[in-house]
Amino acid sequence: MAAVAETLDTVAAVTEGGYKWGFSTDIEMDMAPKGLNEDIVRLISSRKNEPAWLLEWRLKAFALWKKLDEPNWAKIHHAPIDYQDLHYYAAPKKKQGPKSLDEVDPELLKMYEKLGIPLKEHAILAGVEPVEGERPPIAIDAVFDSVSVATTFKDTLAKSGVIFCPISEAVHSHPELVRQYLGSVVPAGDNYFAALNSAVFSDGSFVFIPKGVRCPMELSTYFRINARNTGQFERTLIIVEDGGHVSYLEGCTAPQRDENQLHAAVVELVALTDATIKYSTVQNWYPGDADGKGGIYNFVTKRGACRGARSKISWTQVETGSAITWKYPSCVLIGDGSVGEFYSVAVTTNRQQADTGTKMIHIGKNTKSTIVSKGISAGRSDNTYRGLVRIMKNADGARNFTQCDSLLIGDQCGAHTVPYIESRNPTAKTEHEATTSKIAEDQLFYCRQRGLSQEDAVGLIVNGFCKDVLKELPMEFAVEAQKLLAVSLEGSVG
Amino acid sequence: MLEINALRAGITDKEILKGIDLIVPTGEVHAIMGPNGSGKSTLSYILSGRDGYDVTGGTAMFDGHDLLEMDPEERAAAGLFLAFQYPVELPGVNNANFLRTALNAQRRARGEEELDAVKFLKLARAEIKRLSMADDMLKRNVNVGFSGGEKKRNEVLQMAILRPKLAILDETDSGLDIDALKIVADGVNALRSPDFSALVITHYQRLLDYIVPDRVHVLAGGRIIRSGGPELAHELEANGYAAVVAEAA
Ligand SMILES: Nc1ncnc2c1ncn2[C@@H]1O[C@H](COP(=O)(O)OP(=O)(O)O)[C@@H](O)[C@H]1O
Ligand SMILES: [Mg+2]
Repeated sequence: MAAVAETLDTVAAVTEGGYKWGFSTDIEMDMAPKGLNEDIVRLISSRKNEPAWLLEWRLKAFALWKKLDEPNWAKIHHAPIDYQDLHYYAAPKKKQGPKSLDEVDPELLKMYEKLGIPLKEHAILAGVEPVEGERPPIAIDAVFDSVSVATTFKDTLAKSGVIFCPISEAVHSHPELVRQYLGSVVPAGDNYFAALNSAVFSDGSFVFIPKGVRCPMELSTYFRINARNTGQFERTLIIVEDGGHVSYLEGCTAPQRDENQLHAAVVELVALTDATIKYSTVQNWYPGDADGKGGIYNFVTKRGACRGARSKISWTQVETGSAITWKYPSCVLIGDGSVGEFYSVAVTTNRQQADTGTKMIHIGKNTKSTIVSKGISAGRSDNTYRGLVRIMKNADGARNFTQCDSLLIGDQCGAHTVPYIESRNPTAKTEHEATTSKIAEDQLFYCRQRGLSQEDAVGLIVNGFCKDVLKELPMEFAVEAQKLLAVSLEGSVG
Repeated sequence: MLEINALRAGITDKEILKGIDLIVPTGEVHAIMGPNGSGKSTLSYILSGRDGYDVTGGTAMFDGHDLLEMDPEERAAAGLFLAFQYPVELPGVNNANFLRTALNAQRRARGEEELDAVKFLKLARAEIKRLSMADDMLKRNVNVGFSGGEKKRNEVLQMAILRPKLAILDETDSGLDIDALKIVADGVNALRSPDFSALVITHYQRLLDYIVPDRVHVLAGGRIIRSGGPELAHELEANGYAAVVAEAA
């Protein structure tokens, strides 16, 4: 059955209005004391039995973090974050890592069931052969607070040589791969939040697709922040060797809490020659209430390196959650003829603030990038697209196409487009198009005259506006992303 | 039956409808003619529930429903359809998806079973064929890039699929060539039955050659100044509105 699709149906059916994923779960937790210092970094490392090199790597990152400053160039405003007032490690209490799903805390399984995310393989595999019109199975890694609690279909994947496991496990089972690639795309000192993540990351997903392998199913990580006053710092590393192919989905929700919660993830993608990585995100962290109380602070560094010729990395994101979003999934196009894509829908309502976009760095010859950004602002929110297209000296024949559209709902919200284009090669070509529109009263009336409710009309118009991005999502996610858009804009018109 | 009684309405500071009395019995088709700016579109908007107008007096009842108390979508589900004088574009919204969503919203509101995609497409294709329209009509985005004539035909297609009990057509024939005009007329005539009524707003007698109305009303200055049989339309065509307006004054 559908992974996150049911989330929306199930949970939407149970609750009404507001944020529908906002329940919390009572699970016995193993928590580090509040605060951040070398001892906490050591504690995290030792809880995970990490090898000495990784502890050293973390400590170096921590030293860098202390020297860095929080970036202040984004169009976001928030009270200062007290980094000493957070827990940096929280894990469901258990003796050892679960060997199988049977060992996972039943409360946890129940919570994922409530979210509509089936961690039981047999439930997903009921018919084994996917029936036509039904979705094929998706392998899922579930990360609860800082720790991966279950990864499904590991064995099936292993048969084709695909490694899909928590990164904490990969550190032990494939140390050479982790050591070679960790921090190779986003170095520890890249920015303040990346440094913080490198020092304290606790878990996340690891994917390795060997040469010539097309991953036989969609891979998905589902992130859930549950614990109070806890930062979530997950780290994802995806490596695809020559000619390999993977489509990876990421979904996130969090309970509804009055205080802000910090989320600072790092995602690194590496695509070698002729490799393709499709990375899709449906981000629905708790956005805070109508007055701007509570919600997730989402400071995320996502970057992919197209290292091989003709490699391709495609980011697709649908972002409706978080009080603050600071996120610029990027592509470094090194290999000749490599391709980078960024398709984004960012919705802000109430007091949400989003400063999001992408960076496309063209280094190789004939590299190509496409950026399609759709920003939707409602309420008193602020929505900024910030994008950089940089074409280096040797990137002969580089091409970029950028399309940035903003849709305003109401007249108290803001939409801003900040494109930076730097070209150091005269043969390069860049195109930039931007539009700003409003949902017109006559469009709404037209729909309502045909029988649609005001809310369905907004949903329809918004989905139409986002179509070019939604069609990039894997089928499994497209439908739920559409519903999510409608739900998140409920009550924002009229 | 549509029963409009002493209806007065306007926008802030300006009364547009100055006391309209009009009865359209079930099963009948009435035409409304009248000079530009006389309030024809305003009447259609008030009946269908568009925001931005103040109703300052009178009533509008349809099959026992107090229209003025209902949301636009409730009026639609009760069977009221407006073919817009200026159909609206919905970028990125596929016509088929729009129509199926609309039809199912209405059916849901009436407690009827919703149509799945297959059944809907079958229905929609049949109507397209009957109205001799292009097959790609369903695939295109609602009215985006449509010519004036295509937009009007799309209104007729929507009407054919939604099967209203009361259709208001606001100058659906304006700007159409004779073939397109026949399509509009076919759309209305196909729905004609003892359970269906229509209010056809037009400037041209020629449409009424194809949709023969039971009654013709002349709306001028926010009032119905004359009513009559189909022959009234011929008189207007021959003498113009000015003569009728002057006579009523
Ligand atoms: N929303 C509006 N704002 C300002 N004036 C309006 C509005 N709607 C209608 N009017 C005015 O009311 C009068 C009647 O308009 P309308 O109903 O469109 O006439 P018709 O359809 O008969 O040509 C016109 O003078 C028109 O300018
Ligand atoms: Mg008019």
